[in-house]
Amino acid sequence: MQLIKKTNIDFVGKRKISFVIAALIAITGVIGIVQIARNAANMGIDFSGGTSVQLDFSQPVSIEKARIALAHNNLKEANLQEVKETNKLLIKVGKTTLASGSVADTITAVFKKELPENAFVVESSTEIGPSIGEKLKKDTLVAVGISMLGIIIYIAWRFDLKFGIGATIATLHDVLAMIAVFYVMNKEINLLFITAVLTIAGYSLTDTVVVFDRIRENLRKNLNEPLINVFNGSINEVLPRTVITSLTTFMAAISLLLFGGEVIHDFAFALVIGIVVGTCSSIFIASPIALELESRKSELASK
Amino acid sequence: MSKSISWRICLISFFALLSFLYLTPTLVTKLPSWWGGLLPKDKISLGLDLQGGTHLVMEVDTQKAVEGTLDLIATDLEDSLNTRNVRYKKVARVGEDLIQLTLYDKGTAESEQQLIKKKYPEYELIPPTDEGGLVIIQLRMDKNTIKDRKDKAVAQSLETIRNRIDQFGVSEPVIQRDGINHIVVQLPGIKDPKRAIELIGKTARLEFKLVDEKITGTSATPGTIPEDEEILVEKRSDSASTSVQDIPIVVKKKAIITGDLLTNAQVKIDSQFNQPYVAIDFNTTGARLFDQVTAANVGKRFAIVLDGNVYSAPVIRERISGGSAQISGSFSEKEAADLAIVLRAGSLPAPVKIVQNVTVGPSIGQDSIAKGLTAGGIGVVLVVVFMAIYYRMAGVVANIGMVLNVLFLMGALAALGATLTLPGIAAIVLLIGMSVDSNVLIFERVKEEIRLGRTPRMSLDVGYDKAFMTIMDSHITTLITAAVLFQFGTGPVKGFAVSLSLGIIINLFTSLVATKVIFDSCLRRFDVKKLSI
Repeated sequence: MQLIKKTNIDFVGKRKISFVIAALIAITGVIGIVQIARNAANMGIDFSGGTSVQLDFSQPVSIEKARIALAHNNLKEANLQEVKETNKLLIKVGKTTLASGSVADTITAVFKKELPENAFVVESSTEIGPSIGEKLKKDTLVAVGISMLGIIIYIAWRFDLKFGIGATIATLHDVLAMIAVFYVMNKEINLLFITAVLTIAGYSLTDTVVVFDRIRENLRKNLNEPLINVFNGSINEVLPRTVITSLTTFMAAISLLLFGGEVIHDFAFALVIGIVVGTCSSIFIASPIALELESRKSELASK
Repeated sequence: MSKSISWRICLISFFALLSFLYLTPTLVTKLPSWWGGLLPKDKISLGLDLQGGTHLVMEVDTQKAVEGTLDLIATDLEDSLNTRNVRYKKVARVGEDLIQLTLYDKGTAESEQQLIKKKYPEYELIPPTDEGGLVIIQLRMDKNTIKDRKDKAVAQSLETIRNRIDQFGVSEPVIQRDGINHIVVQLPGIKDPKRAIELIGKTARLEFKLVDEKITGTSATPGTIPEDEEILVEKRSDSASTSVQDIPIVVKKKAIITGDLLTNAQVKIDSQFNQPYVAIDFNTTGARLFDQVTAANVGKRFAIVLDGNVYSAPVIRERISGGSAQISGSFSEKEAADLAIVLRAGSLPAPVKIVQNVTVGPSIGQDSIAKGLTAGGIGVVLVVVFMAIYYRMAGVVANIGMVLNVLFLMGALAALGATLTLPGIAAIVLLIGMSVDSNVLIFERVKEEIRLGRTPRMSLDVGYDKAFMTIMDSHITTLITAAVLFQFGTGPVKGFAVSLSLGIIINLFTSLVATKVIFDSCLRRFDVKKLSI
């Protein structure tokens, strides 16, 4: 079976358009990062410190009622979220609310007192002190930095620096794109999200490396062919593989998203977004950048 | 050639058998009786997000341990001055790393300096200074000793917490040190996390202090009591009503006997009032001290203090020899049991603070497993069906490779004693998508070769050869991210990284060796004219 017949699409020729789109996405992502740094985004308590409690009520509970109940007990800055199609309620409280005692215990006590007719079980509770939140934030930044550096070094060693730069910019773009989507949709930035981002960074690089491998192979074969044709030809040659792999990985990720349950819902969502973005970036960003750098070098050489 | 095929088939079968062996305890509810000896018995351990439980990160206040050590030395020096009848004004800890002796004349200062130098050679002695007719000697704990003391405090805390949890009875707890002053405790499947947390976090510093009967607690303020005394609070709950009364008591600051002189603590029931109490036994030093103190203070009150709270303050009716005593208070049987545990396990050298507490209820864990497995199953089916339709027989071979991949991965997880977490399941599902990638790369190459008119055998060999470097490159880049995730991740993220990196390595093997051997043996056995790809 042949899903994709032999194609001859001019991918790199449209690089001006793809650069503009990529730049727009990247700028949104940078805004998102700035907001995250200022703690203005929807930060998970992993990073900001605080308490989060998930309660499963026996009857539906209105957010308004819950908010009033908490406000009566000095917890009015609590952030409430309903879990769709269930009686579950997620309550998040920042770090500087109660002077002493466990915030999680206080919250459960409040609901026991204020809504006595609606029984509930505590499904999960998380309390994170501010010092550990800071530590996690720092560790995460270090982790992202180190893995990026490791990948650049590896690609620069296997190919050359021009390809390394192309791959890095494309990967960076994917990371920014995922942050942009999460920021715009106001989804929670937590440790699992960072994990998803790093996974996608690895996945997108795999994609880029496959394309680059083919370009390098063809560059050696056709020394007289114009660069742009070699690049386009290579991308077209690996296009069946790109599409099929993206499809199978996408299938796996989408089944996680649809059937994996609420706990990994956002994680799976990040993976789905990342797979799409990562596939596009290796075609529309990584290769065109490598081409730009490569052709500038040959122009200089011919002068 | 056939030799190399059978060799590879043996290797694959060996790995498959090994994986099954390691997975048997997980899959079979009850192991048969002959299963024993060297055969693995451990199930794949599930992360807290899957089975419910509590994950705690505790910070040890190591500075307090340093101060505690300095306080002990100060007391020791004071005792030594007292026994030799040397006149002094004050011996006390000053600031974070100093002990200060305030003496009346230069002569004593000289001789004391010699003695201290001999007794505490590792401390830095600061030469005496004159201050308004008084002579001051300071003793400094140097930076290395402080660092050492802090380090020991964390190690001791870890030991004590481990003892307490062992006695509390949690199966398979994880208790480990994390960084300079953090301790990570994982209690899987725990029913009453609150009680456990209280038990673990209690400093449990037990002290016996004499009560100053001359001052009534209610009228005392910190300014009016002598410098060597303090006001503590006794919580007395009325058994008839549920109200709790706070009764202040003035006691001597200096403890006469401390908890480290205990050998045992047990819960017993008072037959007269049907009330639980904790019976404690002292070691020989403790017994002698207890004997002396009770003999000297008959008729006076004695406060039993735990972590700065008075449990009870009974009147000493008679001299108590024999080295046993009891702590009674108005507590429930559970409280008494927990008190006995902390007393047996010993006190923490420094207070601990809980900085991270993640508790997952068992219901959500069950739910997560079920959903994770469903999602995984659906993902696998989708990919399998797609591959079989798209690549026909070759797709089936790729699917066999994928199944081997999952089998090996689960076997490896079980063998390494790794923990399966929800993100770990996600990683496996993701790997299923990616594991066929290597085959897709190979198959597309093979197709190209076929289009060039090569024979099936040639196309396959060239396809595998040409795809080899690409597969290596793509796997190594992913491995770099996985390694970093493992190094810096905590909890579920680490589980994800373990599954991911193992999966990548296994995938290299299955895609380059396992699927190839299937093709090779098929080509040998049948006269294949055209590849079904």
